[in-house]
Amino acid sequence: MRFAVVRFPGSNCDGDVARVLHEVLGQEVRFVRHDCRDLSGFAGVVLPGGFAYGDYLRPGALAARAPVMEAVRAFAAQGGPVLGICNGFQILCEAGLLPGALRPNAGLRFLCHPVWVRVENRCAVTRDCPPGRLLRLEIAHGEGAYYLPPEELARLEARGQVVLRYVDAGGEATPAANPNGSVANIAGVCNETGNVVGIMPHPERAVDELLGSTDGRPLLASWIAAAAAWYGGRRATAAAGGRHGHGPRL
Amino acid sequence: MDPVCERQRASGEPQAPAGGGQAPWQAAGLTEAEYRRACELLGREPNGLELGMLGVLWSEHCAYKHSRPLLGRLPSRAPHVLLGPGENAGAVDLGDGTAVVFRIESHNHPSYVEPFQGAATGVGGILRDVLALGARPIALLNSLRFGEPGDELWRRLFTGVVKGIAHYGNCAGVPTVGGELHCEPGYRTNPLVNVMCIGVAPARQLVRAVASRPGSLVVLIGAPTGRDGIHGATFASAGLGADAEERRPAVQIGDPFTGKLLIEACLELAGRGAVLGLQDLGAGGIASACAETASRAGTGVDIDVARVPRREPGMTPYEVVLSESQERMLAIVAPDRQAEVREICRAWSLEAAVIGRVTSDGLFRVREAGRTVAEVPVEVLTRGAPVYTPAAAFPPAPVLDPAAIPQPRDQQEAGAALRRLLASPAIASKAWVYTQFDHMVQTNTVLRPGSGDAAVLRVPGSRKAIAAAVDGNGRYTALDPRRGAALAVAKAARNVSCVGARPLGLTNCLNFGNPEHPEVYGQLSAAVDGLAEACRELGIPVVGGNVSLYNETGGRDIDPTPVVGVVGVLDDPARRAASHFEAPGEVIVLLGPPRGYLGGSEYLKRLHGRVAGPLAPIDWALERNVQALVREAVAGGRVRVAHDLAEGGLAVGLAEMCFGGGTPAPGAPPGGPALGAEVELPAQWLRDGRVDELLFGEAPSRVLVAAAPEQARLLAERAAALNVPCTVIGRVTREPRLRLRIGGRTWLDEPVAGLQRVWEEAIPCALATR
Repeated sequence: MRFAVVRFPGSNCDGDVARVLHEVLGQEVRFVRHDCRDLSGFAGVVLPGGFAYGDYLRPGALAARAPVMEAVRAFAAQGGPVLGICNGFQILCEAGLLPGALRPNAGLRFLCHPVWVRVENRCAVTRDCPPGRLLRLEIAHGEGAYYLPPEELARLEARGQVVLRYVDAGGEATPAANPNGSVANIAGVCNETGNVVGIMPHPERAVDELLGSTDGRPLLASWIAAAAAWYGGRRATAAAGGRHGHGPRL
Repeated sequence: MDPVCERQRASGEPQAPAGGGQAPWQAAGLTEAEYRRACELLGREPNGLELGMLGVLWSEHCAYKHSRPLLGRLPSRAPHVLLGPGENAGAVDLGDGTAVVFRIESHNHPSYVEPFQGAATGVGGILRDVLALGARPIALLNSLRFGEPGDELWRRLFTGVVKGIAHYGNCAGVPTVGGELHCEPGYRTNPLVNVMCIGVAPARQLVRAVASRPGSLVVLIGAPTGRDGIHGATFASAGLGADAEERRPAVQIGDPFTGKLLIEACLELAGRGAVLGLQDLGAGGIASACAETASRAGTGVDIDVARVPRREPGMTPYEVVLSESQERMLAIVAPDRQAEVREICRAWSLEAAVIGRVTSDGLFRVREAGRTVAEVPVEVLTRGAPVYTPAAAFPPAPVLDPAAIPQPRDQQEAGAALRRLLASPAIASKAWVYTQFDHMVQTNTVLRPGSGDAAVLRVPGSRKAIAAAVDGNGRYTALDPRRGAALAVAKAARNVSCVGARPLGLTNCLNFGNPEHPEVYGQLSAAVDGLAEACRELGIPVVGGNVSLYNETGGRDIDPTPVVGVVGVLDDPARRAASHFEAPGEVIVLLGPPRGYLGGSEYLKRLHGRVAGPLAPIDWALERNVQALVREAVAGGRVRVAHDLAEGGLAVGLAEMCFGGGTPAPGAPPGGPALGAEVELPAQWLRDGRVDELLFGEAPSRVLVAAAPEQARLLAERAAALNVPCTVIGRVTREPRLRLRIGGRTWLDEPVAGLQRVWEEAIPCALATR
């Protein structure tokens, strides 16, 4: 089982997330270039943080049109787990693989500091993290204010597509706990089938007590477990001579 | 025909590019005497292009005309030093074959004219200096100086510089892990932006900036060359006049996206051993990069400007050779590795153009489509500049009469004084600044900004960790250049020791005024002596640095500001100390002398509007022992909390330790809730009844430690053996209240939350537009 970390020109958390997947979580990881056109054979794909194409035009706007994104789209359509972290989340929104958009932070400043988030619903990343669990993670972004028009937001909430929400230490989603002006304190969302997930906080920065938190570990471990389940299911289907189709909802 | 005249025509430049009846040397930023010297060394008059090259390489920025003899006084040798001054950055060995590469550099003038781009390109430049050694940049730090808060100019410079640093560092994926910041009136129209970069590489893989092996290729990698930043080096080497606003074209534009690609490409080149030499293109562009690499190797270079990829058409050889376009590196490549170099660069979407060859004739020859347009001996460019030792003056500094300074009369006044100090920019929380910097990318940051006296980082490829701190105090140095500079070194080293690290090396950035003013040259000379003394006493080699002179506007010089960056090593990153209390019930121990000095202090300045000496003297044996004591205790895992007493003295240090570390998450402080302190000082510590000296006085060799009672006893035993004064002065309390008594009388009794609010809100409030 191998994982792909997509490396756009300007990605800068590619090495961090690959190191965590490999060294901490024991997975086989390959870097995949922005011009790669085939992701079949991978169990999961990460779009890492950074400034793909220098964030020129808009964060994620150019990366969303890179050749690799067609492969990501095909991978996601088959139910494959795709995780966008920070800039990766921005790219997934720009590519239309996730609903909504990420706008400049409410204070118009880049922000790097710890946050508390609450797990809201189950998806590939929260498969083994029960809703309601509080996590201490790191954010580092200038454009992380999630936005969706009210009607669409209501649909998103109703379908359980909100994955993480910024909260205070007591677990309440207060305005004061919202670092960037995201609607409804949203820190992460998934698609309707739960296999494509975008989150602004960086779980790969929270896997070692030495660096202040290990709360990113359950998220990444969940994601790997979800990927293993999907990948195993696909291989079993293939072995049984079946068609490649959508896996079960993760 | 006279070959020189022919070259002039071919270069397409008139003798005086700026025209307007200027003498040729003026446009190049040289004096008439320097021009005559150049003619003598060349045996003829230089043409326009040659004069431009001379102007850049003989600028203060490149030639260190006023500082070179002084810099020779700095100790630079130690067994673990891999590369000392003279390269793009210095390098030390961590002890396991890992090289730590670092340097600090200024970008002061550009940051005044265009704060965002000036600061951003300052970051880009220092990243490439470290990259030139084939080292991966793993951390940035900065040292910033602005005028007093208040006006629109201050706001524009402050926010612009912070945004510029954030823009470049965040995008390039290099964490900004520490820094320091002061606001003093003298920097109002001459802010200081000093940026330090630290990189790592296997020691055996370090690349030098040499144009070695005649016949090898000179390859330009990265962004195409445009017209930006021409004369940046000469601009940086003169005072800012009324025309500063019109100097904007001399400021370069940074593109951190290309910078990031350049980092990855160059690291791959270095890692594969595909290059013989690497050099960053900074001040002086192609002219200085070629001249300096050839000079280091004792070779020559022959380049053709027609082969330089351009961003715009119609550029003259003069513009191509002197352009300071950013995001470019020069690689020296053996002919048989050319294809490999091109391929690696192409994979990172970068151009790699062969622009010439290394020669053995010692000449720097520039051609345009084959025809020679400039030909200057490399040595004339890199070693021909005159060296000046101007007159030095040492005017006495004002001396304080303590009797004229009223002191706090009661608890209320002492509390008010403490709040005033906590709101001073030098002391106030810098969270508004550092939360804009990504300080966690690369996932090595063990102690982040605001949580320790120095940043602590894991080192990729090593089991060890490093610590780094930058320090400088222009007010101290203005009052006593020698001691002020020495105090900066002592403090940076102490900060590194407080987190449990052993200092390995130092880099410095000497920000001074116009060295042609005798008192400025006197400051420079004395400050270098102070640095040298401190480094010798503490056994820290100086492995490189930067000199920034002519920091003056309208004839007014800045306070002399030597800034030093110290890098140290920790054997175990888990054994480090935070700078805030972590456990109620621990006892608070003061290491070092009980009292500070009012001379030069933040208290004297902020509460009494006075800047006067004398500064506290330094007892080097005590300083060494205090540092060794705290370092051993932290590295031994016996102490987890240590904080150096600096600006604002004991009272400010205690308050800061109560505030909890790091950046609180919105709506919650994950660094843990604020704690309190209960402190009792003996009445006999008072001198002439001066409470302010005890509360707010400043002196070196003072560290506060919090430890479990039994560990404090062990610490006291060890302190006695080292002759370090060691006193238990109180304990950490769960109740968040700072209480301090002297001889039984209460002088401070403040809720920590109120103090913390003042400390946290000072900078955001000053920035809020009215």
